[in-house]
Amino acid sequence: MDIPTNLKYTKSHEWVRLEDDGSVTIGITQHAQELLGDMVFAEIPQVGRKLKQREECAVVESVKAAADVYAPISGEVTAVNSELQSAPEKINQDAYAAWLFKLKPSNTADLDGLLDAAGYQKVLESEAH
Amino acid sequence: MLKTTPLNQTHRAMNAKMVDFGGWDMPLHYGSQLDEHHKVRSDAGMFDVSHMLAVDIKGESTRAFLRQLFANNVDKLTQPGKALYSCMLNPQGGVIDDLIIYFLTESWFRVVVNAGTADKDMAWMQARRDELAPGLEITPRRDLAMIAVQGPNARAKVWQVIAGSQAVTENLKLFQATTFDQYFIARTGYTGEDGFEIILPATDAANFWNALHAAGVAPAGLGARDTLRLEAGMNLYGQDMDEAANPLESGLGWTVDLKSERDFIGKQALLATPVTQQLIGLLLLDRGVLRSHQKVIARHDGTEAEGEITSGGFSPTLNQSIALARLPSQVSAGDEVQVVVRDKMLRAKVVKYPFVRNGKSLI
Repeated sequence: MDIPTNLKYTKSHEWVRLEDDGSVTIGITQHAQELLGDMVFAEIPQVGRKLKQREECAVVESVKAAADVYAPISGEVTAVNSELQSAPEKINQDAYAAWLFKLKPSNTADLDGLLDAAGYQKVLESEAH
Repeated sequence: MLKTTPLNQTHRAMNAKMVDFGGWDMPLHYGSQLDEHHKVRSDAGMFDVSHMLAVDIKGESTRAFLRQLFANNVDKLTQPGKALYSCMLNPQGGVIDDLIIYFLTESWFRVVVNAGTADKDMAWMQARRDELAPGLEITPRRDLAMIAVQGPNARAKVWQVIAGSQAVTENLKLFQATTFDQYFIARTGYTGEDGFEIILPATDAANFWNALHAAGVAPAGLGARDTLRLEAGMNLYGQDMDEAANPLESGLGWTVDLKSERDFIGKQALLATPVTQQLIGLLLLDRGVLRSHQKVIARHDGTEAEGEITSGGFSPTLNQSIALARLPSQVSAGDEVQVVVRDKMLRAKVVKYPFVRNGKSLI
């Protein structure tokens, strides 16, 4: 499976993209999307909500199950992808394009703890065993 | 070690996503569960249901034995080939399993039981046989495979694949079966669509499956099977009823024959137990997805009563979430109830089910 090398990852299968303006964009990985199957619902945090790292902040639901999404870092929600409300299947079509929300980090040190593509690959390998 | 059906390699060759389903290695989907669902509603899909078990019951007193064994009345089966849906109850009136009984001859009935309950069912039937009808033979048929072909075009596709089968099966009514060559063909299913369930020798299963695929029948997994049966308002054993559930509180009253003089296992317990709950449908009004075990709160005449969702999910046909829920008897269709979903209370409308039949919404 191709894991984009320009993104950061969490063990709980979120991807994080560092933007030029210092904000971060967050979604769920291709692996998570494959595990869940056809998406039918996404509940995304509201703009302005302040999140703590690892806090449950969104829910994606497929035909099969509901899955919590955790904040990869602490910060304030600055934008949400409202397109997913009417078209959650965008996550299935391209998990790395269908972002959920953007955060303004409140503690940039949180970013250091995220996995790179090789680290996330190891997480997937250990889950496969 | 997971159990496998005769089609296991075939599923893998078709890139199925395989899952552990009650100890069986089964296809969940072959790419998209939603596409498979829509294909069955609009055209034709096929399911490997070989994990279910066909059991042949043979001997002179078979009918008399089944009269006692099952909650539905096998005396409704007068024509050879006719099928009947029934529960098998324990003496407390709890549901050991739900199953289909086929009447073939007076000395041969075939019963098809669920996969997860098959061992328990065999043990129960054999023990009751030893008490009530020791001469009968009860034979599990793991040498057979089962394929359900479902959808508005399902029967035509089967006729295309099994040469000569149209003449003998086109006049079959719903819940009727016949044999043709090595095939046992029944006009039954678990989707709310027309179609056949076909029992055949395990050794022929892969060839038959591939021929159906070549004829344009889409392989469909257990995921689509579940959303289809939920829309069709059909119970799932282990979710909508089990040994702790009263069939009369599980939407199965129509399958329990309490009118005839006949006694059957569980009858006395049912007659002695007041019915206070019902299985009824829910249509989610807010955004989200209903799931089994979510709590339902119904307000009625100023009092609050609780119930529980037994099966919930997303309805691809209605494009909204639906559920079966066990609710107090005083709740009725048209009422609005609340469902506890994580930290929220979502609004749902109580409706009669089925939700969908023959491709069309009934809501």
